[in-house]
Amino acid sequence: MARHRDPLLWRGLAAAGFPGARVRWLELPGSFRRYVFPLLVLGVLLLVFLPLRNPDPGFLITCAIAYALWVMPRVPRKIVLPLVVVALAFLYPLYVDKLYALPVLETFPAMTTMVPVAIFMVMALGLNMVVGYAGLLDLGYVVFYAIGAYVAAWFASPIFAGATSNFGAAGVAPGFPGIHISIWILILAAGIITAVFGVIIGLPTLRLRGDYLAIVTLGFGEILPQVARNGENVFGFNLTNGPRGITPIDSPGFGGWSFLSEAGTYLNPTTFFYWGGLVLVAITIFSSWRLRDSRLGRAWIAIREDETAAAAMGVPLMRTKTWSYAAGAFFGGLAGCWFAAYKTGVFPDDFYFQISIFVLCMVILGGMGNIWGVLLGAAFLTYLDIEGLGNIGAWVNDNVGTNIDIPQIKFGIYGLIILAVMLFRPQGLLPEARRKAEFEDALHGDELSEPKVAGERS
Amino acid sequence: MSADLLLDVTGLRKEFGGLVACSDVDFTVPRSSITALIGPNGAGKTTFFNMITGVYKPTAGRVLFDGVDITAKPPHAVVERGIGRTFQNIRLFNEMTALENVLVGMHCRLKAGVLGGIFRPPRVKREEAQAHDTARELLAYCGLAGKEDEYARSLAYGDQRRLEVARALGTRPKLILLDEPVAGMNPQESHAFTGFIGRLRDERGLTVLLIEHDMKVVMNVSEHITVLEFGQKIAEGTPREVRENPRVVEAYLGHGAAGKHE
Repeated sequence: MARHRDPLLWRGLAAAGFPGARVRWLELPGSFRRYVFPLLVLGVLLLVFLPLRNPDPGFLITCAIAYALWVMPRVPRKIVLPLVVVALAFLYPLYVDKLYALPVLETFPAMTTMVPVAIFMVMALGLNMVVGYAGLLDLGYVVFYAIGAYVAAWFASPIFAGATSNFGAAGVAPGFPGIHISIWILILAAGIITAVFGVIIGLPTLRLRGDYLAIVTLGFGEILPQVARNGENVFGFNLTNGPRGITPIDSPGFGGWSFLSEAGTYLNPTTFFYWGGLVLVAITIFSSWRLRDSRLGRAWIAIREDETAAAAMGVPLMRTKTWSYAAGAFFGGLAGCWFAAYKTGVFPDDFYFQISIFVLCMVILGGMGNIWGVLLGAAFLTYLDIEGLGNIGAWVNDNVGTNIDIPQIKFGIYGLIILAVMLFRPQGLLPEARRKAEFEDALHGDELSEPKVAGERS
Repeated sequence: MSADLLLDVTGLRKEFGGLVACSDVDFTVPRSSITALIGPNGAGKTTFFNMITGVYKPTAGRVLFDGVDITAKPPHAVVERGIGRTFQNIRLFNEMTALENVLVGMHCRLKAGVLGGIFRPPRVKREEAQAHDTARELLAYCGLAGKEDEYARSLAYGDQRRLEVARALGTRPKLILLDEPVAGMNPQESHAFTGFIGRLRDERGLTVLLIEHDMKVVMNVSEHITVLEFGQKIAEGTPREVRENPRVVEAYLGHGAAGKHE
């Protein structure tokens, strides 16, 4: 059978003029490879990033955690690693201000960046169900995001003053005009309404294959923001309030308490929106992971692999594809609703077509089909977009003496990133397990260097 | 028509533009038989298969399966009725494991939807557990025990052929269509596979319809043979009758060979 390719690292070293690096590495004692080598790597990191005159406890703690996770045997690590990640993510608002300075990037992402990061994670995972699992190229995903946001706007703002009512909305004065339904209810409603839209858009378009589907979804992605921009007067009815958008949108909360009522250093609206976002991310991860190993998820992957064969094995193509659209749309709707509540308003300019492409880039960059890869792609690109590029630009300008406005050319930079990924790592940063299988074997199987195992496998 | 016909095709015709790929073919498959469809390359055998399974819409004609008209039904509906198939050029889901391939085959026999998949109530858990058991059994039956978790792509050629059969069995068919199942196998493999086809009928009560080039396989295993040439049926009958039919010999060996044969 196909020979295992060496992992990237070894190929890179071989290309750099160290052809025997891998063999020599494997000749080193196991305990050295296991315990001493990570220590050396972290030691170098400490020397580079930590000026010794100013030892930063936060950085030392980070290194200690990293070392512990690195040398830990695989089985406990499988449980401990996610727990550590969850704890660190959840407590982030409490320690972000105390974190050390990063080289080049200056600071760790601020809370105002982390909320969109969570929202884009939900979106990217939703799109992943369509693009990554079912292999349907959707260039109009922003439509679902927008619908979710407008659901929040219609049912939790003063726009429909003619139908003033309150249903569990927090922190809204009695008699305040417009429909006010609790955001908690609206999130679910936004998801469901968006999923229904997914089916409506999907039924005519999903009959198309490949490029044609992409073009039609692209059309929808262009149409909807226009509708939002021009929806001031739909047969005399103000649907979207045009380019001025709809504001203010109520905040989530309970009874008389809403997110907006807290203004502490740590407990402020941003923190609550971040935590709420994390919960949404958790729900989305759980759903993605469960769906993937379900009857429907298998059918999606089968369609991605070979549509004709899938149909010949009894998978109803239209129904199955439409379900993937609906599921993806549901999470787009969730994200849109939460985003609208966070911004306390919706504006047509938030739903540009570029966002569809941006989310697609997250999926491709991270690794289509892999939940962790997609999360990584979403976090990385969202961070770059909001904060990172500006910081990098400032650093470049200061140190090189140039005067480039880097955020101005951000789409060029994203294009380059995607180009680089497509050229050097087309499977994405963290590819799906099934695409990575061979790579994995080579990485963990020291015994593979012995020919007998290779023989057994063929 | 008599009731023991599982598949009853009348006047099936397919035109691609001006080309008639399959010209008014009448064809029957008795229940619990092994029937073969043979003919030289380009005779229209696969086109015929594709029309029965709903991949192509016939230009004219009627397909009755188990007493029900399935003409021009979409592929998944045909599978649901009980026709499973394999492909001439292996079309497995390469990036899925052997077990998952069979589970996809079982798709139409399972019920879980989106919410069932996410929340996994006891009903879905039970269904999945049973489906996994059945899939393992089918793999073992097809000689793939121990290879459940291998990716289809990494299986040996013969095993891929077997996995195609296992996947088709997953659809719980009454009739299984095998499109050149031993193509590319060496004589031993081919012989073993021929025995396997017989067992499919004897042990699992399936009706088998196969397209095959390898005359030896066809003559050994099948009870009825239909010969197509240029989209037309030129002969039909038991292996012996077909072998002795001069038109068949001519189609396979060329003009003038009929006299010298035998």
